[in-house]
Amino acid sequence: MTQTKMIGNKAITVNEEGYLVDFSHWDKQVAETIAKEVNIDLSQRHWEVLNFLQDQHKKEVALNIRKVGSSGVVSIKEFYTLFPQGPLKTATKIAGIPKPASCI
Amino acid sequence: MKQLLILGAGTAGTMMANHLNHELDKKDWKITIVDERTKHYYQPGYLFLPFDIYEPSDIVKEIEEFIPKGVNLLKSKIDRILPKENSVRLEDGKELHYDLLIIATGARIAPEETPGMQDEEWHKSIFDFYTYEGALALRNKLRNWEGGKLVVHITEMPIKCPVAPLEFAFLADSYFKHKKMRDKVEIVYVTPLSGAFTKPKATAALDHLLHDKNIHIETDFAIESIDYAKNALVDYSGREVSYDLLVTVPTNKGDDLIARSEMGDELNYVPTNKATLQSQAHQNIFVLGDASNIPASKAGSVAHFEAEILTENILRFIKGEPLKADFDGHANCFIETGNGKALLIDFNYTHEPVEGTFPFPGIGPLRLLKESRINHMGKLAFRWIYWNMLLKGTHIPFVSTSMQESGKHYEEVEN
Ligand SMILES: Cc1cc2nc3c(=O)[nH]c(=O)nc-3n(C[C@H](O)[C@H](O)[C@H](O)COP(=O)(O)OP(=O)(O)OC[C@H]3O[C@@H](n4cnc5c(N)ncnc54)[C@H](O)[C@@H]3O)c2cc1C
Repeated sequence: MTQTKMIGNKAITVNEEGYLVDFSHWDKQVAETIAKEVNIDLSQRHWEVLNFLQDQHKKEVALNIRKVGSSGVVSIKEFYTLFPQGPLKTATKIAGIPKPASCI
Repeated sequence: MKQLLILGAGTAGTMMANHLNHELDKKDWKITIVDERTKHYYQPGYLFLPFDIYEPSDIVKEIEEFIPKGVNLLKSKIDRILPKENSVRLEDGKELHYDLLIIATGARIAPEETPGMQDEEWHKSIFDFYTYEGALALRNKLRNWEGGKLVVHITEMPIKCPVAPLEFAFLADSYFKHKKMRDKVEIVYVTPLSGAFTKPKATAALDHLLHDKNIHIETDFAIESIDYAKNALVDYSGREVSYDLLVTVPTNKGDDLIARSEMGDELNYVPTNKATLQSQAHQNIFVLGDASNIPASKAGSVAHFEAEILTENILRFIKGEPLKADFDGHANCFIETGNGKALLIDFNYTHEPVEGTFPFPGIGPLRLLKESRINHMGKLAFRWIYWNMLLKGTHIPFVSTSMQESGKHYEEVEN
């Protein structure tokens, strides 16, 4: 089930968990709006992490916390500080990329 | 004479040795299998050992018993693979040339990854049950334990047999009931996942069972360290869970030989084509069982399905024919739910665990996703099947390699 959501005067489509269905709908304003919903003000550090996640997604790398932690971009500890409560789930949502499938 | 070399004589390697011993022409091929151990451990038995359901003799046998006569068995630690030279170096420096290599060195626990885990309290108040030593130490502890807060914990995914920690919690519930001390034990299940399991359909059924058995669940817990002086797990957000007795599944990793060979990902798993089981980097290397990075469960049943397809692909590779891209990620596991009952789940890359009957559509006798006594008998029978059929590469009657869809109610997985 998808829903349409208005951000500014732009309509974006999200799935039932609030993840963007189409990355081409994503822009900085979308990111900032989704971040606000979870009480995060995006700083320079947030953006560095978000850019990294988007880049990995483009390269079709399956993301997990360990990969983020060993990337050199951010430590797991800081990742949790930047995006409290489920950092990978939150950060991917803000970055406009799919929620990482949990492994089996 | 060409050389086919198998690394690891665990579940997957042993099955391949038996299959290929039948299939390859001995005039052209010599098969060698290497393992550092002399004993074969039936790992699913580690779940039952702590509760005095199985004894050591049920789950440990000599590797030699299961390797066919025509196959050369070498006991040695493997140092590394030198893929550019088509050669494998053993610990003593000796090199083995291969024409075709099969990696089946499995996965192991890595408690050293979590600060505080493998220190003073290891195998005193902090236990694993993913090794023989751990399961045995835990059995001895449980025999005299007077009760308190038992925490069953998963460090991070993926792990071998991802349902085993849940089964442990269920079996603990019935063990303490049986010992008439359930009221003295609080059981808490701590997981990095957002629910009891990775697949939504099974999670709903399992969450319900946890609730029924009065097992409390703490989800989304990403452990940073164990404060063993305070008896507490600490996660990256500062959340703490205290314990009196901790049963943890540490990080699982492929063997360090994969790292030494520079052939693995960040957890030492070998990047592998998920449908053909050929290594992504080297055409004459194939990977099966827990050692590969394919997105299937790390389970003996998966290795069994893989072995049938890999055998065919190796024969094709030798003849220069295209490989069959047939592996569908089929997994099928019994989940012990305690009190002599079990569930059975069946799934693959694209299908959620299904409800229905197995292996005969509409008849069973095993019922998928429903607790029943016959499923429990199935789980126990699995040990016999393992030692007597699975390792020998005997095809299990009525169970097909790819998942059957009739008789089951399944849902397609999105993405
Ligand atoms: C607690 C528990 C419960 C489980 N329950 C189930 C279940 O109910 N059903 C199910 O299907 N599966 C279950 N499994 C999973 C199953 O046991 C594994 O998936 C299976 O054994 C994998 O086989 P493998 O050959 O890949 O690895 P293994 O059987 O672990 O074999 C790897 C072999 O490689 C050798 N090796 C590794 N590195 C080296 C080296 N450097 N030098 C020399 N030798 C080396 C090891 O000594 C070992 O013998 C369970 C596992 C655990 C831990």
